[in-house]
This record gives sequence, C-alpha cells and structure tokens, in this order.
Amino acid sequence: MAFDYAPAPESRSVVDIAPSYGLFIDGEFREASDGKVFKTVSPSTEEVLSEVAQASADDVDTAVKAARKAFEKWSALPGSERAKYLFRIARIIQERSRELAVLETLDNGKPIKETRDADLPLVAAHFFYYAGWADKLEHAGFGPDPKPLGVAGQVIPWNFPLLMLAWKIAPALAAGNTVVLKPAETTPLSALFFADICRQAGLPKGVVNILTGDGSTGAALVAHDGIDKVAFTGSTAVGKQIARTVAGTDKKLTLELGGKGANIVFDDAPIDQAVEGIINGIFFNQGQVCCAGSRLLVQESVQDELLDALKRRMSTLRVGDPLDKNTDVGAINSAEQLARITELADSGVAEGAERWAPACELPENGYWFAPTLFTGVSQAHRIAREEIFGPVLSVLTFRTPGEAVAKANNSQYGLSAGIWTEKGSRMLAVADKLRAGVVWANTFNKFDPTSPFGGYKESGFGREGGRHGLEAYLDV
Amino acid sequence: MSDRLSVLKTYKLFVGGKFPRSESGRVYEVTDSKGNWLANAPLSSRKDARDAVVAARKAFGAWSGATAYNRGQVLYRVAEMLEGRRDQFVAEVADAEGLSKAKAAAQVDAAIDRWVWYAGWTDKIAQIAGGTNPVAGPFFNVSSPEPTGVVAVVAPQESSFLGLVSVIAPVIAGGNAVVVVASEKAPLPALSLGEVLATSDVPGGVVNILSGRAAEIFPSLAAHQDVNAVDLAGAGAELAKELEVAAADNLKRVVRPQPVDWSADPGTKRLMAFLETKTVWHPTGSLGAGGSSY
Amino acid sequence: MADVTASDGALRRFLHGLPGVDPVGLEGRAAALGTRSIKTTAKAYAIDLAISMIDLTTLEGADTPGKVRALCAKALNPDPTDRGTPRTAAVCVYPDMVATAAEAVRGSDVKVASVATAFPAGRAALPVKLADTKDAVAAGAHEIDMVIDRGAFLAGHYLKVYEEIKAVKDACRREDGTAARLKVIFETGELSTYDNIRRASWLGMLAGADFIKTSTGKVAVNATPANTLLMLEAVRDFHALTGVQVGVKPAGGIRTTKDALKFLVLVNETVGEQWLTNEWFRFGASSLLNDLLMQRQKLSTGRYSGPDYVTVD
Repeated sequence: MAFDYAPAPESRSVVDIAPSYGLFIDGEFREASDGKVFKTVSPSTEEVLSEVAQASADDVDTAVKAARKAFEKWSALPGSERAKYLFRIARIIQERSRELAVLETLDNGKPIKETRDADLPLVAAHFFYYAGWADKLEHAGFGPDPKPLGVAGQVIPWNFPLLMLAWKIAPALAAGNTVVLKPAETTPLSALFFADICRQAGLPKGVVNILTGDGSTGAALVAHDGIDKVAFTGSTAVGKQIARTVAGTDKKLTLELGGKGANIVFDDAPIDQAVEGIINGIFFNQGQVCCAGSRLLVQESVQDELLDALKRRMSTLRVGDPLDKNTDVGAINSAEQLARITELADSGVAEGAERWAPACELPENGYWFAPTLFTGVSQAHRIAREEIFGPVLSVLTFRTPGEAVAKANNSQYGLSAGIWTEKGSRMLAVADKLRAGVVWANTFNKFDPTSPFGGYKESGFGREGGRHGLEAYLDV
Repeated sequence: MSDRLSVLKTYKLFVGGKFPRSESGRVYEVTDSKGNWLANAPLSSRKDARDAVVAARKAFGAWSGATAYNRGQVLYRVAEMLEGRRDQFVAEVADAEGLSKAKAAAQVDAAIDRWVWYAGWTDKIAQIAGGTNPVAGPFFNVSSPEPTGVVAVVAPQESSFLGLVSVIAPVIAGGNAVVVVASEKAPLPALSLGEVLATSDVPGGVVNILSGRAAEIFPSLAAHQDVNAVDLAGAGAELAKELEVAAADNLKRVVRPQPVDWSADPGTKRLMAFLETKTVWHPTGSLGAGGSSY
Repeated sequence: MADVTASDGALRRFLHGLPGVDPVGLEGRAAALGTRSIKTTAKAYAIDLAISMIDLTTLEGADTPGKVRALCAKALNPDPTDRGTPRTAAVCVYPDMVATAAEAVRGSDVKVASVATAFPAGRAALPVKLADTKDAVAAGAHEIDMVIDRGAFLAGHYLKVYEEIKAVKDACRREDGTAARLKVIFETGELSTYDNIRRASWLGMLAGADFIKTSTGKVAVNATPANTLLMLEAVRDFHALTGVQVGVKPAGGIRTTKDALKFLVLVNETVGEQWLTNEWFRFGASSLLNDLLMQRQKLSTGRYSGPDYVTVD
C-alpha cells in the first residue's frame, strides 16, 4: 500500500464572506456611484464568492477627496501615534491570520500552505516593520524633517493580494500619507477584509480607502489630479502606461513590474538544495511571481544530472485543491492568465523547445496548468524572453561564468536572479555582475520586510521594504 | 600687442574621449549676453547622440567596475585640472552668462569645489545608501547601490558651468556614464570642460558632451532603448513632459526639472537618483548539523 | 566504484567531490516536509507502518535479562488490547543480551539487532570490535549496528574507516553462508557537518552497509529530520548509480507520533514507496512506541488515550 495522504482540507468556516461588498471610502462601505458590480470567483472551482462594487471615476474622486481631507490630521499626528495604529493593524492581522489565509486561498487559488506560511506572516511582519519607522523618520537618512507626500494612489496585483497591500499601505501610512488603494479585479476580497481591520484598529476615517474595480478604475486613480504619489505593482506594459500618464506632473512614481529571473546553477552547486531552489523559484505561487526564477541557466557539465533530479522532484509536486494543506501547486488565478500561460507554452513547442510535465491529474473545474519544463530553449525563444507568469520553466545551458552572466543579463528585465555555487568568490563575482535588484545566492524567493525589493531596467524603479522603501513615500 | 590677431578655438563635441565635429556638419552661432559673436558651436544631430550613447555604454563597464577609490581620484583630478585653467573658465562663464569677473569666478570656484565634493562621495555612497538588513531568518542580506547605466542629461540652460558640473559629477561619481546636452545658448564652458576631462584620467566615453538644441536631440535620447535614465534639469516644462513620455518606453529613471539654486549645497538627491539598489541574500545557518529542530 | 576505494587519496577525492550541502536549504526542505498534514486513513497507515519499523531499543548499563525479555514481549505484542497491532521490526540490545533476546523472540518475525564494535564510542582495537561483532552474530543477532571510528573519519583517514566497515561486514557472516545485516552508525552529532554526513553515507555504502544509521542515541544531537533527509538523498543517489538499495535508520530523539510521521513523509517524498517497509527503513527508538500506540487507540476509539492504557516495560 502506498503512502497516500488523505485529504487534509483547511476549514472554510473560519471565514465569512458576505454576498456583496461596497467600496470602502472615508471609513464606510458604500455602493458604487453608478451601482455597478462585478463578481469574484474562486479560481480553483469557478464558484462565485461574492459580488463587489465597480468603482467609477466619480468614486475615485470621492475617495481621493476623502484621503486628502484625512491627510491633514493624519500627517500632523505625532509619528508615535501613527506607529501605534500600525502596530494595532499588525496585531489584528496576526489574530485573524487563519481567516485571512483561507480567504486569500479562496479568492486567489494559491495553496493554503503558502498563504498560511508565507503571505500572512509576511503581511503582519511588514506592518510591524514600518510601524516602527513612523516615529523615526528623521533618522532614516532623508534629512532632518522628512515630509509625507500627501495622497498615494496605489494599484496592486492579484498574485499576492494582501502582501502587496501591506507593501503599499504600511510604508505610506508610516510616512504620514493617506491612501487610495485599488486591489486587482480578480482578488478584491482580502483588501476589503483589510478595510474591516482598519475599522477594528480605529484608524481615522479616510486614511485608507479601498476601491475595487477593473483596469479603468486604476487608470482613473493614477490620472487623478488630487494624488501626489503613484505606486504600482503589476505588468510592465501597464507600468509604462502609468509612467506616461504621470509624465509632466509632480506625482512621485514607483513601479514594481515584470521579470524573467535567471536561476544560475554552477557545476559545484549544492545540488539537492539547488533543485529545491529551482522548484521554489518557479512553482511557488504557481510561478505567478514577478521575481520567479523562470529561466534556469545550468552549466552544461551538470545538465543531465540536474534535469534528472529536477524531473524527479517535479513528479512529487502535489497539484490540486488549494485548501488542502498538502497541496504544493494550486490554481491559476484566472481564465485570462491561464490562456496567456497556455499560449506562451504552446509557442515554446512551436519554436522547437521540448516540453515535459510530470503525470498529474488536474481538477475538472477551475483554472489549472501542470508544472512544466522546457529543455532545448535558446535565448531567441519567446519562452526565454517573455514573462510567462505561470508554472513554466525554461532551461538553457552555459559553459562559463562569463557566459552565464551575459545570458542572465540579456533581458529587458532586471528584477531577480539566483546563483548556486559552493565557491564563495564565484558567488560574489557573479552577484556583482548581475543586473538585477534581488540576487538570491544558494536560496531563492526569500522575502523580508527589512530587505529592499525592486528592479533594474524594465522591471521598474523604486524599492519596497527596508529603509529604502520609505523613500517612495517621503518628499525627498 | 593689441594689434595681434588672436587664435580662435574651434569648439568641438566630446564623445568617446575624442573631439569630433558634429556628424551633421552643422554649427550654430554662440553669442555673449550682449549678442556679440563668441564662436560657432557644433549643432549636434540625433546621430551624434546615438554615437554618444554607444560610447557611454562602452565605457560604462570599466567605469562602473572601477574601485570607488579610483573613481574618487579621477574626479579629484578633474578639480585639479580645472583649477589650473580657472581663468579660462572664468572668462568663458563671464561671457556666457553676462557675469562680472568676480561673479563668474565665484561660479567657477563653486564648480571646482563641486568636483571635490563628489570626489569624496564615491567611496561613501555604499555606506550611506546600502548596508546589511536584519532579515528574520538564517541569511546574510546586504543591499548596495549600483550605477543605473547610461544617463542622458539636459544641462541647465542658465547656469552654463556650475549647473553643468552639478548634473554631470553626481552621475559619474556613482559609476554611471553620461551623455549631456549642454546649455543651448551657452555651450562653450561645457565644450571646454571636455578638454579638461580628456586630460583628467576620466576614461573616454564616461562623459560625452553635445552642444545643440535639446528639443532636437534629446527626444531620441529619451526614447533610446540603451539609455537607462534621464535628468531633464534644463528642459522646459513642455519638452520635459514629452521627454518623460518617451522615457517611459523602456522605463528610464527620470529626474524632472525643478527650480534649483545651483550654488546651494547639492545634497545627495542627484547622486542617489541614478543608483539602483541590489540586495543579495545568502544562507548562513549554524556551524554544525545540530541546528535542526522538529 | 572499486577504483574510488583503491587508495586513501582516491577515496578522499571521491568523497570530497560529492556535491556540497547547504545547511539552511537542507533544513528548510526538511521543515517544509514537516508541515505535511497526515490525517485519517493516511495517519492510520503511517502509524502502523511506523510501529512495524521500530527497532525497540534498550541500551543501558542497567539492562538485565528481565528487562530485555520485557522489551521482547512488548515488541511481539505491543498493545495487549489490540492483537491486530503490528509487531516492531526488531529489538535492539547490547551483545551480551542477544542470546536472551533471541530466545524471547524465537519463532516470530521480530529480529534481534545488536550494537557492536565497542558501542557507542567505538574506541577499541579492531580485533576487539570484530570479536564483539562475531560474538553477537554467534549468539543469534540478525542485525549488527556498528559504530564507525569518528576519530579516524574526522582525521581524514577515510580508507581506515572504510576498511574497518568492510572487516565488520565480513564478521557478520555466519558459517552457513548467510550474514547478519549490517547497520553502520555514523554518530552524526559528532561528524557535525552535513558535508561530513553525506561523505560518511557514501563511505558506508561503498563499504557494504545494508543500512546507514544516524546515531547511537548517546550524544546531544541524534536523529533530526535534516540529517535523515540527507541520508535518504544519499541512498537514493547510491541506488540510482549502483542499483544497490541501502536502508536508513534514524535513531535517538524520536519520541512522538508526530515526529515519526514527519520522518515517514521524508521517506515517502525523497525515496518513495520502495523504502516504505521495515526492510529498508527503521526507527531506533524506545518511548516512541507507546506514543504511537496511544495515537492508534485514539484513531480506533475516537477518544484520547493515556499512559495508563499502554504498557510500561
């Protein structure tokens, strides 16, 4: 008898999703001005979870005005008082972390293992970290009396809904700004629950405003004259559009965009850990990660050994019900994203790369894509250049460290990279030469609120996390 | 000696460590503040701008890879060379900006001192802008600033020399290479600076100086896919917006034009504006195999 | 693989040419597998499997024939209230208790394992170690748990360690041509680094170990998920390279069902089904058994058990 893990579903009963949600403006929920709504579904089942308001341009205006009004008092509060609000929020997130983890898994499709062990702990930690900065801004190296910018318009993606909210809201509030945040169209719920956390924390009304909606809401927000700051995480294409929108204004802009991270494995790598790092690099969150290690650059002399090990390991990945505590790979976030992944993967085959995926049974309903590996990939292939944002790994080879660096850097992006070698000097030399904002050496996909994160080149600009992350929200 | 006819200088561009004429073969008339002819300056073309980007990119690798100490020495050497040619620059700045000798001298002195200020910054930026991060896990985590790459700059229009130095020096102090379009109506101090840089151990291509019309040349620089950042200091509002829109095509870092008192303490804003932060993680862990727990 | 053991130098080059181990990554993987949730039918299966994999151990200076017989009775009949409970794989005793144990388990499939080679320190001359081994085999031991010479290993005398293991393996032979199975204990807590543990694993396997075993249970750090995962990776790779299957035995410090299940998850996801039998995986443990029995009672009755409902031996 094989050791088959019995289903171990996390209970859904810890989260109570209302049939509908309004916009959170000036401390209260209200319907969209034109009454429009849209549905949010669970990507693993296509079940409708709730109906949320589609914010109009008028709603954007109302929210920005509320944030502007709140800014006067919020920015005038002693930093120590703002800090305490943020500490309260951090604590409430910890208290409600199981509920939020289940909610996030339902709305996003990612495994509960990840929301429970990665997303939520990092969300709370981020608020804790920036809470402490609120009354220490004059020590942050941005001058003796750094000032907030005003109202921040923030647009976040669907891959880490609550974590990206934390990355945006925590530093903004710590620095004394107020915010209007738009969560992604397909994952609005955790931001709406966050609104309730703001209520529990007693946060003054208007300091945080949440507008659900589609791309048009985001476009209206970043174009609004009343905001002083735009922070966006998402695709490079939309990032460029936003950069054009804010051109010629005084709006400060930070962008955290796409990537095509190279994960470089040298022949002296700690091979078992490298395999884990590759797996984590591309299959964490179904590969829907801007800093995913989506290009595996393996030294030719260990290619066969590494690929055998990688395939063997991929075969043990458990794909399925995201609420099952033993699921490693969950659902793709939307039909649209699934179509994009499918199209790019098909292009890999069409362009002559060899496709491999372990045998795995995918659920009938919902949006699913099996963990996939492409070998025989060259730099010219679309799957080596374009961000797939899915569980698809492109394998390329190299012969020398110089070639590895050249190939790794040969990209319009520059967000992340990985290096696997037991030789310290080589690790440092390669890390030095890589044009990427985050370099993971002998590890991958590690995050921490104290650690600045952000890209080179078309992966965007500005940093989130750490002391650096404050700069985006201060007038410096 | 008043009847001696002086030898006039043919002002040339400074690109890749060489002094080419404009590829366009065109020049434009440069006058002093009273309208008297001073010289013909090269009217750079888009192709000159392209050549300058190629030169800058070529120089970037070695310059960014040089030690910070070395870069500091080179920048200090620029100050030394300028000090020796102080009178020439005082005269040029006086002509260009219509200043008295004393006021022009103050501008040149401040510009020389600015090189000294940035010379001292090269090996301190990393300690100010970077450091280790206390991540909650068994990892060594360090952030360090790195140069953005090739930076294109519209030099300030009014402050022909101090303003110019104030936008070039911070860019190259951080390890970037620069393509600068000089003040349109007062390009001569900038073109003469090229001569100083050429004899100051600044590797060819690290600083490239173009004269001409920013509105003509700079759109191609703002749109150039191999330029990583732009400083629009000397661009008017309308041009700046157009350039910022063009810069979005490859997400260049953009410093927008703002009123600046070039004689004031420059701070670190321009220095930091063209630096990327790279964060490197590496596991640490325990000395032995006993660290694991259930 | 014969050439790699041809000389001290060749063996050193081979062992030092094995891929390094990143401790944080290894421990991270072990910890991640430790979050697997084993419930209901999977838990019932795993508990019975774990019981069947136990080398029920007593290795005390105070051991007596009475104590050993009690241990054997427990191994044969772990839960008197449920005769369907699997037997343990073996009892593990000192060589002078082998005869007593063999007598007590005679006629059953419970094996007698004996530590040997001057356990636990291994600080004796080779002839003494071989005599210790032969004595245990002659007394009826089915399995020999030898300790390696950690001093020699740490001093870099790999060939000496290799030859000693080979000599002990020879000493495991019985006159009828059969042989006791040899488990090689590395005392991972003394080897200290994961690189050493990987090298020792290969050294042991090259020398003919039937099992590689973490620890004696007599030092501060014994079996951990990480060192066991590492050894599982080693047997996996050795099997892929040579076709020879080698078993793994974590020993010492595994006291609860939760712990044991984590180790079984490591086996399942690293080497798979082929090792999920007491032929190829063992737990060196004593108190673990009662916790497994209590959990087993909980699963069958639906209520929590207590220490008075399992036997103290």
